[in-house]
This record gives sequence, C-alpha cells and structure tokens, in this order.
Amino acid sequence: MKNDSLFNKEDGSIEGRVFKVSRRDILKAGALLAGGLVFGVTLVRCDNSTKEVTHLSPNVYLKIGSDGLVTIIAHRSEMGQGIRTSLPLIVADELGADWSRVKIEQAEGDVKYNDQNTDGSYSVRMFYKPMREAGATARYLLIQVAAQKWQVPAEECDTENGNVVHKASNRTINFGELVEEASGISVPPGEIKLKEKNAFKLIGKETPIVDLHDIVTGKAIFGADADIKGLKVAVIARCPVVGGSVKSFNDAKAKEIAGVVGVYEVKGVGLPATLSKPLSGVAVVADNTWAAMKGRDLLEIEWELGPNASYDSDKEIAELTEKVSGKGSVRRTRGDFDKARKSAKKVIEHTYIAPHLAHATIEPPTALAVVKDGSCEVWACTQNPQGARKVLAEVLGLPEEKVKVNVTLLGGAFGRKSKPDFIVEAAVLAKASGSPVRVQWTREDDLHHDYFHSLSVQRAVATIGKDNKLTGWSHHIAYPTIGATENVAELQPSDGELGLGATDFPYDVPAIKIETYDAPSHLRVGWLRSVRNIPQVFAIATMMDEIAEARGVDPVAQAIELLGEDRQITFSEEILDGTYPNYGEDIANYPWETGRMKAVIERVAKESGWGKKLPKGSGLGFAAHKSFLTYVACVVEVKVDENKKISIPNVYYAVDCGVAVNVDRIKSQFEGGAQFTASLALKSAITFKDGRVEQNNFDGYQIIRMPESPKNIHVHIIESDSKPTGVGEPPVPPFTPALCNAIYAAVGKRIYTLPIDLGA
Amino acid sequence: MARYSINVNGKTHDVEALEDMPVLWILRDIVGLKGTKFGCGKALCGACTVHLNDNAVRSCSLPVSAVGDGKITTIEGLSEHGDHPIQKAWEKFVVPQCGYCQTGQIMNAAALIKSNPQPSEEQIEQAMQGNLCRCGTYTRIKAAIMDATSNPNA
Repeated sequence: MKNDSLFNKEDGSIEGRVFKVSRRDILKAGALLAGGLVFGVTLVRCDNSTKEVTHLSPNVYLKIGSDGLVTIIAHRSEMGQGIRTSLPLIVADELGADWSRVKIEQAEGDVKYNDQNTDGSYSVRMFYKPMREAGATARYLLIQVAAQKWQVPAEECDTENGNVVHKASNRTINFGELVEEASGISVPPGEIKLKEKNAFKLIGKETPIVDLHDIVTGKAIFGADADIKGLKVAVIARCPVVGGSVKSFNDAKAKEIAGVVGVYEVKGVGLPATLSKPLSGVAVVADNTWAAMKGRDLLEIEWELGPNASYDSDKEIAELTEKVSGKGSVRRTRGDFDKARKSAKKVIEHTYIAPHLAHATIEPPTALAVVKDGSCEVWACTQNPQGARKVLAEVLGLPEEKVKVNVTLLGGAFGRKSKPDFIVEAAVLAKASGSPVRVQWTREDDLHHDYFHSLSVQRAVATIGKDNKLTGWSHHIAYPTIGATENVAELQPSDGELGLGATDFPYDVPAIKIETYDAPSHLRVGWLRSVRNIPQVFAIATMMDEIAEARGVDPVAQAIELLGEDRQITFSEEILDGTYPNYGEDIANYPWETGRMKAVIERVAKESGWGKKLPKGSGLGFAAHKSFLTYVACVVEVKVDENKKISIPNVYYAVDCGVAVNVDRIKSQFEGGAQFTASLALKSAITFKDGRVEQNNFDGYQIIRMPESPKNIHVHIIESDSKPTGVGEPPVPPFTPALCNAIYAAVGKRIYTLPIDLGA
Repeated sequence: MARYSINVNGKTHDVEALEDMPVLWILRDIVGLKGTKFGCGKALCGACTVHLNDNAVRSCSLPVSAVGDGKITTIEGLSEHGDHPIQKAWEKFVVPQCGYCQTGQIMNAAALIKSNPQPSEEQIEQAMQGNLCRCGTYTRIKAAIMDATSNPNA
C-alpha cells in the first residue's frame, strides 16, 4: 500500500490497510454470490499488474483467489473478544488454509451475512457450524479438481497449508491453481464432511489475534480513526434529563471560536427515549475536535426538562426497598413457600442493593457519516451494523440499499455500542451541514447519556427446615426494565431479564417463589456485559453462602448437594404466564445439565485448594453460575488489611463452554471478565439527582486500576465435545458473589450493597 | 489562533491552532497521527499517553503552547518496525483485547523502562496506575513488562 491513510478516495470508499484490504481485493459486495451451493467466480483486475485474479466464492464468508490468497470475511464486530480471529480460524481449519497467509476482511452491515448483531455471547455459538461448513465446502471443491487432475480418488486427497495434497504420490498443488475449475463444480447433497477433532490444527489451540501487530504499532483503526477529506467534527450538548428537549439556544459565542463552522439542533425523540434514536441537543460542528468542544462550552441553552427532572436514584432505592417487602407479581412458583416458611427452623432474609452502572468503554461512542446524493455511508464502532443500517434508512428516509455501514474496530463495547443513536447523530448532522461529519462523544457525554445498566433492589428469603435442609427460596426483584426504554408503560422485568439468573435458579429446593414489582424508568436502560445476571447472581450466590453457614455445611459441598443427581432441568413449567428463554436456544438442543455444573464446581475447588487454611484477614469465596449456556465456577481469594483495604491475590475459574475454539481468547475473556467485574464490585456507581447523572469522568465513576486489580487469574477449561457456547459474558456473574463470600471468610462481614464498602 | 512549530517523531510540523489546543488534538486532527487515543480529556485514563522528551505525558491535557521545542514521541515513532522491547513483549503475551488503550499503555511502559530498566512488580503497578483498561488486560500488561525487563543473566 502506498498510502497510509484509511481513506484516500474522495468519494469516501474504504481503501485501507487496517482490514488488510489490498486494491485487487476490493470487491463490490454484489459480486459475491451468497448462499448454499451456488458458486461464483469474480474477475477483478489488479491495479499493479495486468494479471487477472479470479476468486472461488463458495459462500459469503470466504474467497479463494487464483493467486492462492485466502480471504475470510469477519462479519461480527470486534470489540476485544477476539472474534475477528476466532471465527475465521474455524473456516481456515476446515479448509486447510495456511493461516499465516489468510487475509481478514471486515464485512459491512448486510443481511446476506446472516446475524451480525454482536451481542449476547452469541458469535461462536451461532457460527461454529456455518463457519466449518464454509471451509469444508471449499475444501471439497478444491479436492475434487485436484483428484481429477491427478486421476486419483478424491478420498485419498487432503488439504494442508493452502494446498491440496496426495500423500501416496507425494503430489501437492496450491489452491490458487484449482480455483477456476473448482468454480464450475456443484456439491451433491450430503457430500460435505467436517473434519474429525484430531485433524484440527487451529480449533482448540491458542492463536494470537489477527490485529495484534496493528494494535501495538498504533495502526489499528477504531471508530474515531476513520477519516475522509473535508471531514468536520461535531460535539453535542444533550439535554441532561432523559426525555427533555431544547426550548431555545444562543450560539453567538460558540460561533466566535475559530474553527467552528456551524451549530445545529438535534431533534430527539422525547419519550420513550428508544434504543436507537438520539437524545435532544445542540451540536457544534467544527474543523477539529477541540474547536467543537470549546464551542459547545459556550452554548447558552434553555432546556425543557420534561417529566424526569425530579428523578433521584437514592430515593428510588428507598422506594423499591419498601416495595419489595410487600406482595409482588409471582413469576415462578414451585411447592408452597409460605408453608415452608411457617415450618422453618430458621429463616434468613436480606435486601440486596446494586447501583446503576455505565459501560465506560475507553473509546467513547463516535461515528463518521457522509450523506449526499440520496445515499448515506457511515464508519462506526458498532456492535450491530444491520440494526444501524435499518435505523439510518428510516431516519434519513432512504431505502436500505442506499445506506452503507462500515464497521471499524470497537474500543470496548459491552452492550453500549449495540445502540446506533450516535451513528444517527452523525448522519443527521452530515445531512444538515452538507459535509462529512464525525460525532465525537466526550467522557462526560458517555457517563451522562449512557444506556445504563439500571439499579436494582432485591429481597431474598431462605428457609431451613427442622431436618437442616434448605426448604424454601423466595426472591423478590425490582428494577427499571430495559423494555421501558422503548415503552415507558413497561414497569416490570421481562421473562428475558428474569431468565438471566433469577427464574433459572437451578437448585433442588421443594418450595420456590419469585416475585417482581413495578419500577418506573427515568433513564435510558440498556444492557451491560451479562446484564441482569450481575445483580441477580450477586443476591443468590451470596445468600447461598449464608445458607451454607447457617446449615453448618461447606458452600461447595452444598452447591453439589443442591444441584442433585445428574439430570437436565427445565424451568418453563414453573414460570407463570411465560417461558424460560434459555438465551434464545431451544432447551432441548442446549439443556441445563447439572452434571456439567457439578464438574466445573469440583474442578475449581481442586484448582483453588478449596478448604485450605489462610492467614487471618484472608479468605476464599465461592460462587457458580451458568449463563449464556456456559457453566462457570469461581473461587476468589481476598486479603483485607488492617486499614480494611481489599486486595485480590488470586482468582480461579473453571469453565465448560463446550468445544474451546481459541483457547487463548477464552482465557483472556475470563481474565478480563474478572477485572471488569472487580470494577463493578468495588468501584463503580452512577447516581442521579434532579434527573441528572452526578458523575462526570473517571474521577467520579471509577474503574479498577492496576495496583488494586486481581493479581493472578487462573482459568481452567473443561475438555468437551459439546456444542460451543459463549465466553464474553459468563465470567462476570459469579465473580462478585465469590468476592463477597471471600470477604466474609476473611473478616466476617456480609455484603448486601454494591459497590462493596468496608470503610477503608 | 497562533503558529507553532512542533517536533513529532523527529519531524517538524508547522501548525496553526488555538493556543490551548491539547497536543492530543494537534496530533490526531492536524498532524494526522491517529495512534494516540482520546479517552477522558482530563488526564484520568492514560489512553492519550505520548512522550515529551522521553517522559510519559497525557497529551489530552498538555496545551500545544506548552510544548516549546520539546520532542514529542508517539506510538508511530516509538520504533521503526514496531519492535521496541515493550511492543515485542506485548505481542509475545498477546496483551490486547479491544486494543484501544494499548498504545497509551505501551507508551507509558516504554517511558517507565527507560527511566527504570528493571522495575519491581510494585514499581510497575505504581507507574501504570494512571492507565485504565476496561477490558482488563492488567495481568498480561504486567507480565509483558516484567518479561521485557528481565535480565536473563541476572
């Protein structure tokens, strides 16, 4: 590449190196033939030579060039989970490609790639099989051609390192030489055979991420790094209260700043705030970011604050605490809890409080848009490019074919960048100003206007019978629901939210009752890594520790006892007026297996030396939880010093996520998951007064820093042939309760409110 | 607006800017070097770390008017081929997840080992505490710095 900039064409078409796109491989999307057994050959002229390169494109995820180059399309968004590596390596392994010569090309948002909404720890679960089939189909075709050329049976041929090989005659031929003929072949039904496990060279191993070198040299392109000729930067003053609007504004002083080129009102949607549309505000558009920021500081805006202007999150916690002590809507029931309570030897009852949380990705939201000649093209750090495309088409009044969404790397996401509001802002400002515009959110914008993980109040009641058995479990839950962001009339947690740890309470207890309560929303509620599992499992798994203590049994032994014999559990028959969503999968295909849960518990107990004696002020805590179909057990070792300062010398995880695709990235998700959750457990809280967020930056909304972060994180992966399941979110839920239980073991203090405060 | 002549990665750039414009935006919006990242604008996260005369500074809070004839080094100028010992260690341990904070982490670590070639674990933690990582790569960052600074003959 002769030009270092990502965009060197005036029309804004992408031509860069970050996704390792070289000139000859820029294929217009339409030229690729999609789907099943239709194959296409695409002729593309090289810029730097007269040689024509043809491509075998057995499906949308893969292109093999007559020059031998294998290009794999990464259609899911990369946000640190390593998916630009993990899905392509599956294709490459089945194909028998030379991984060091595979190029990864990032897909734009288009339904032809199937699901691109990178969320819910879905990617490997959803695409393991399609990726294998993509590679295996191409492998089949290439082998057919080579076998015919050599006049040998196809079953004697194999692929390796980008070649078809016939070991018996010691012959080898590069994929590139087979491409043209392979394109004419069709695949009879049932002919595609997937490799046996022992033939894998990449799946189940440790493969470094494909963007590694670009990241460490500063060449990786994130949302804010997209650039284009004539680009302006916009910074927006948004209404500090959700649902408010602009009454009037004076931009005279803002326009005096050198570099400010325009000021525009951004019309918000009011209430409901929606999961996709912008908030109301006033945008300053300038030649550079600094001028836009300075201009924004000088805007004089009068807001119509709307009905949320008196919202106070402390008062809300007090109100919900009152509510959860009363009768709610019953959502799951088994046996007779009231009877269990009456006949109990001991009743344990506590209220658990967790705060609002912000995603606080180090890369704040940002997007670049070009709107001209009846079309729109954006570059954005989005988790959901198809969703963004749809909303952009709607807002701009364009057909979807006229909207193109290019996906950059995401500088962290955790659910925030599923929402395209910031991309819509860029597009409406590009349209209004007539220039390409990149909207840049500041840290203050990010913390004030996030789609927050909402606060929760829960009351848990456990009853222990005269036989010392756990006889009853009652869980009372209140929090503003995600649904309220689209419909303010929604007041109660959805089945989906309750299915994240609450209604799937797996323990074999004779009486279970789960109730929920009205909690009106006054903010934009969204989802944060593992979503409702965070508070629900905090309450459940700390209470389980307290129950074990009351019964005089070991908490690990108790978990195994209460999971009962090896079996599959379903929940739907006990859920009232609803079903257990099982993370979007049919429970027949992805059953809840107590045996797998017990196996991770036993493994983590062994690896952590559970039961060992630790010095005074130190302790081990345990929690186990299945989320996103992945079984996780966690032991945290904590040390509390004489000043009540908490340190975390060791974290132990055992995980069963089915087939482990890229072992290194599974480990890194768990390492990072522990650190991410340490922030939530020990540091982070968003509070509202007068409808406004009180925290402004990383001084007020804190996340963990290296000196106080967990020191060693040990990740043990169970060898498994089961279908692979997600690993992005499952590390989060058990960490906080394991930490709380460890603190209790260390210093005898139970934790009922997050973030943890020992008074240090 | 005023004119400044600033030295970045050994090259002089003549720029016209507001005198309070932070070096971060000079680098990103005017010079066109995008490896230095914006995270907080208040020197609280370290994503924008560059070197000013070999010392790690937060470029989001350093006005261009304060640079004078100081030498700025960014991630693009840390090494010619991306092979600074810290960069090599980062690759060896596959430190990054999303990668956004990593150029700031690397610049901070490179300044640390220049001033203290064999830092202790505690010194590493203290020196790196101004650099936030939301993905949580701290254990690998520390391992990489220790590896890059370990003396095999010691």
